[in-house]
Amino acid sequence: MSLWRRRGEGVWPWLAAGSVALSLLALLALLVLLGSRGLAHFWPAPVEVVTLESGERFAGQWVRQEHVAGDPQADALYRTGNRDLDGSYWRWVDIETIDSRQRPEDVLVMEREHWGEFLGRLVAIRESDAAAPLTLDNDEAWQALNARLERVEALREQRRQLSDEVVEPVARRLVALRNTGEVDPTQRAELIERWETARQRRAELDAALERDTLILESVEGRRLEQPLAGVLAVWRPNAMSWVDKLLHWARGVGTFLSEGPRAGNLEGGVWPAIFGTVMMVLLMSLIVTPFGVLAAIYLNEVARQGPLIRLVRIAVRNLAGVPSIVYGVFGLGVFVYGIGGQLDSWFFSERLPSPTFGTGGLLWASLTLALLTLPVVIVATEEGLARIPVQQREGALALGATRYEMLRRVVLPMAVPAMLTGVILAVARAAGEVAPLMLVGVARLAPQLPLDGEFPFLHLDNKFMHLGYHIYNIGFQGGDVERALPLVYATALLLVVVIVVLNLTAIFLRHHLRARHRALNR
Amino acid sequence: MSATLSSRVTPTSASAVTDFASEASCFEIEGLSLAYDGKPALRDLTLRIPCQRVTAFIGPSGCGKSTLLRVLNRLHDLNEEVSHQGRVVLAGQDIHAPEVDVAELRRRVGMVFQTPNPFPMSIYDNVAFGVRLQGIKRKRVLDEIVEWALESAALWNEVKDRLHSSAWTLSGGQQQRLVIARTLAVQPEVLLLDEPASALDPISTLKIEELIRSLKSRLTLILVTHNMQQAARVSDYTAFLQDGELVEYAATDNLFTNPRLRRTENYITGRMN
Repeated sequence: MSLWRRRGEGVWPWLAAGSVALSLLALLALLVLLGSRGLAHFWPAPVEVVTLESGERFAGQWVRQEHVAGDPQADALYRTGNRDLDGSYWRWVDIETIDSRQRPEDVLVMEREHWGEFLGRLVAIRESDAAAPLTLDNDEAWQALNARLERVEALREQRRQLSDEVVEPVARRLVALRNTGEVDPTQRAELIERWETARQRRAELDAALERDTLILESVEGRRLEQPLAGVLAVWRPNAMSWVDKLLHWARGVGTFLSEGPRAGNLEGGVWPAIFGTVMMVLLMSLIVTPFGVLAAIYLNEVARQGPLIRLVRIAVRNLAGVPSIVYGVFGLGVFVYGIGGQLDSWFFSERLPSPTFGTGGLLWASLTLALLTLPVVIVATEEGLARIPVQQREGALALGATRYEMLRRVVLPMAVPAMLTGVILAVARAAGEVAPLMLVGVARLAPQLPLDGEFPFLHLDNKFMHLGYHIYNIGFQGGDVERALPLVYATALLLVVVIVVLNLTAIFLRHHLRARHRALNR
Repeated sequence: MSATLSSRVTPTSASAVTDFASEASCFEIEGLSLAYDGKPALRDLTLRIPCQRVTAFIGPSGCGKSTLLRVLNRLHDLNEEVSHQGRVVLAGQDIHAPEVDVAELRRRVGMVFQTPNPFPMSIYDNVAFGVRLQGIKRKRVLDEIVEWALESAALWNEVKDRLHSSAWTLSGGQQQRLVIARTLAVQPEVLLLDEPASALDPISTLKIEELIRSLKSRLTLILVTHNMQQAARVSDYTAFLQDGELVEYAATDNLFTNPRLRRTENYITGRMN
């Protein structure tokens, strides 16, 4: 290594290299922590049937062991599920009291819409029209269960389509019709008829969905009736091969990325939050770039350089250091209550007192963050403009270009990479901000995306979800910390990935543009 | 006789090939003084620059020769700290008159700088830049002008196969000829050259000098140079400036072989200070 050859220079090269190594290590540790804790959450952990010395038995997934202060024995934490049976999701046991631990293959884990997971065995399946339940032997039961689960999923998909494509749009149009006040009776009657048919069809589907009921038994021997319609997924972790587990893991990650949250945000996915984050950052970039660039052009090219401009420049640089929550307060006061309230009284007075723009939303959040990142874009663009050699400017002028032509045709094209650097920095800062968003429009749960097929397609007044706020919300405002923790890690990892992807996009764009006049860097 | 007085006189060219008095004037500079932020840079210059000749400005660094050049296309307008007095007349028109369009003046009086400054675009676009500013957009016309300008700058044969590659890929000498081609493309009447070869190798310098000589038949060239051999090789008239004053102005042969003033002689024989 070249450090060894620098022996004559004393300790400084080592200190410098050490600092770099330490920074890299910290960064790596961060990624490894987030990655391992977050991604492990989706791995199907084996289910242990634990027999205690007292003869008691229960099934659970091992989480970790811990020494409680004052107790010489280690306690083990098991994730037992079955909250509807025993009222808790977790169980601490003293390791010393464990008699045996087995992993029987027929124990299944069932993810349900309500009450979280079930751990235990399937005893029988009952069809609503059959007199007696079909009692099944293990493998048969597993196959029958899967077949019926597929049917339920197909029905569920049909029902969702019906809801999304017929029931909800029709309902929204009815509401809109009522709001505008002009009621066309034939149109209204037609809409109501469509709605009624759709609702009838939905009721039929619901009935079909509720045909099957599972009779389940926990390891302790308690029985439970579970409608199959409420089952989201079933797996037998102890009987799974590596490939099965990997597939299951991939499906889990896919669900996490593509679905909306359920059960107090502790289950399901974070898709609305990903979408909200990206949408807000894009809107913010769209707003901040023209403003920042124009401001920088004024400061660097148009204004007469003097003490006043120097003062403005110092003020702009200082704005970059103002804490983000201050911008949040400003956004709340000026954008939400001020401008939003005014807009409501002008254009949406029929909906008052329920506010349209007079409450936090996507537009106000983007504007607030645009304000927050404005100094970054201005400073970066200004530096880019200042770096353009005076010879280039004079060359254009000497050919008979006016100042405007010189700016537009020579200076600005050369400053584009610097502008994009500003946008990259702005995106990096904005994507991670949470504090101001809490004041101007982020929501705990907003499953409806701000962009959809309904006119006007982009709903700027909608509240939206944000990955950063999601982390805060599930990690610090939910009830079950043990359940939230892996999700916090997974969401944090996702936030990092989203920011990296956004940045890489901008960097790629800049590289592409820079390639056109690469020689500028000589 | 003071230097200032002598400068009011046009060059004495008894043995010059051409007779200065019979030359048509391109620029007529009368009593031009210029100050940067109150500090004088040019003092009361009066001289006449003949048409379709090469006139060289020589003198030690800081003598004001580049400053004088930049007055001629009003590039100094950009600098708010510069103030001037006196008249500069181009073809009968005072260039500082309020009705003069500065952009149009700069088109008529082209300028080539010390370091080659092609724009970060293709060779073709560089040459077409000024033409497009004139509002000419038809491809056929542009193609013709670009070829003509590159031919005039003796660059066509070297770049005709890669007109659309970046101008930054050319060598320094080629870049400087490209800049000259770019300037020629807008058909200026005057070409100002601010030490155009000082950043180039000897062979490139030679090419530029040949180019300057060949362009003389078409337009007026004004050359600022540090290099006295260069001035002697390419120019018809030479003005020697020192401390913002015009010391001596004569036909180049006369000035170098038979300087009238001691200061001039000291400078050209290298006995400065």
